[in-house]
Amino acid sequence: MGQKNKKVEISSRRRFFTNIAHNVGLGAMGTLLWAGYTTKAKSSPLTLRPPAALEEDDFLKTCIKCGLCAEACVNRPQNRDKEGNQLPGTLKMAKAEDSVTIGTPFFTPRDVPCFMCDDIPCVPVCPTGALDITKVTNPKTNELDIRMMDMGVAIVDVHSCIAFWGLQCDACYRACPLLDEAIKLEYNRNSRTGKHAFLEPVVNPDVCTGCGLCEKACVTEKPAIFVLPRDVAQGKAGDHYVKGWDKKDQQRVGDRKEQDIKTKNERSSKNPTDYLNSGVEY
Amino acid sequence: MKFSNIKYLLLRRVSQIGLLFLYFAGNAWGWSILQGDLSSSSLFGKIPLSDPFAILQIFATGAILGVNVLVGALIITLFYGIIGGRAFCSWVCPVNLVTDAAAWLRRKLYIDKIERKVWISRNIRYYMIVIALIVSAISGLAAFEVVSPITILNRNVVFGIGSGLGLIAAIFLFDLFVVKNGWCGHICPLGGVYSIIGKYSLLRVKHDSEACTLCMKCKDVCPEVQVLHMIGKKSITVNDIECTNCGRCIDVCDDDALEFSIGKYIKNHKESK
Repeated sequence: MGQKNKKVEISSRRRFFTNIAHNVGLGAMGTLLWAGYTTKAKSSPLTLRPPAALEEDDFLKTCIKCGLCAEACVNRPQNRDKEGNQLPGTLKMAKAEDSVTIGTPFFTPRDVPCFMCDDIPCVPVCPTGALDITKVTNPKTNELDIRMMDMGVAIVDVHSCIAFWGLQCDACYRACPLLDEAIKLEYNRNSRTGKHAFLEPVVNPDVCTGCGLCEKACVTEKPAIFVLPRDVAQGKAGDHYVKGWDKKDQQRVGDRKEQDIKTKNERSSKNPTDYLNSGVEY
Repeated sequence: MKFSNIKYLLLRRVSQIGLLFLYFAGNAWGWSILQGDLSSSSLFGKIPLSDPFAILQIFATGAILGVNVLVGALIITLFYGIIGGRAFCSWVCPVNLVTDAAAWLRRKLYIDKIERKVWISRNIRYYMIVIALIVSAISGLAAFEVVSPITILNRNVVFGIGSGLGLIAAIFLFDLFVVKNGWCGHICPLGGVYSIIGKYSLLRVKHDSEACTLCMKCKDVCPEVQVLHMIGKKSITVNDIECTNCGRCIDVCDDDALEFSIGKYIKNHKESK
């Protein structure tokens, strides 16, 4: 009984260290919770950014979420209909419910595509450099160049594109501001009818800026041509494959030599003559 | 009610709502008086103004910044550092409208007298600054800027309403039912940053203990009540960094025992040394 009522003596030293542990623990808890949320909030891989945006990771670091780009976009003088009423802007600032890092600018081409204004009003106003004007400045002329914009790349879903069915439609081709360059029509024989042609839209990813005017113009219920961020939409052949018939392609790989290329897997650990002669055993 | 009892309150509301309106007009009608939002704005299309805390967080992520935004942060830091003190919180910040409403309702409903007290430290805000910088460095994203109710509310006004207002409602309820002046007076790291920036600022509230009748109305309304420790005791300026210079204490004082002062602070400061 006596033991139960015994009061625990707390020395000032114990109090000191427990207080430190308490504060450090609470701080660590807060940091972990907050870092967890922030890391999650960062992940918005399908987002289309304004022209001249830095790579997504650097863009998210640098953007201060001030909205000056979106304001320059919506308030540009040409953004008015025939009666002079203001039209909605291309760039929107992400709200909590958008699956985009909150407060950052993005656009949805099916709603409002980027019209690729010659003066690119959204870029020079950026105070932090998250929209980097050098990315859209032609180094030769030192002038803004809309062809250098790179917001994404258009992808055609050939299964829902009615031009690939054989119906006549060139809505995306006509809508493209880089007409007959970013989207070309490929003529193929329609063997089903035997006397018609397919006029198939094919995107040249090197020219396409990802403005989304094609996506806006697409006549299908859900667009059969749509813009995705370049790193999402495009694959990468890597350095193992070189177009031998294309002299320029060698430059892409550079001066890499065969012996520098090291692929490590079970098969490569053996000499080719060994595994080719002894049958498949990897 | 006399005008002198609501003078600074009215002025503050005009300032807060006026700034929100200018930001709104900057987006909606292209007015170039004040464009952008509280993270970074452009005054008359020329002068940059930027949130120094946002800049610190961006530095913590390791990003390189343009000159414009650095000049903007310098202007803001100098303004509050030399003149305003922590005035951002009570004269500019839109969340102050929400938390003041909560504090007002709290007084009207006598919640302070009824509820069980929840105690949290007023120093949390300073820890929040450090944590925000650490989290920014870890995650590569300015950490407070993705949760900040200040910019969320600001953007909801400027760029259209979204579900971020839920956070604002949560802060209202927190201040109303959990901790008195909970957000602005305890947690908000931006308030902490402006407290530190304004440490040596000139604008101060001055107390005259000779005139004071100890009615304690000032302590009732003060959102940072610990800064008014001299009431009825000493005739000095309020030098604690957490004073937001809201002037509400001056408003409610019927004895002319409180006033804004600039020169007296300098004198007072010299005397105390």
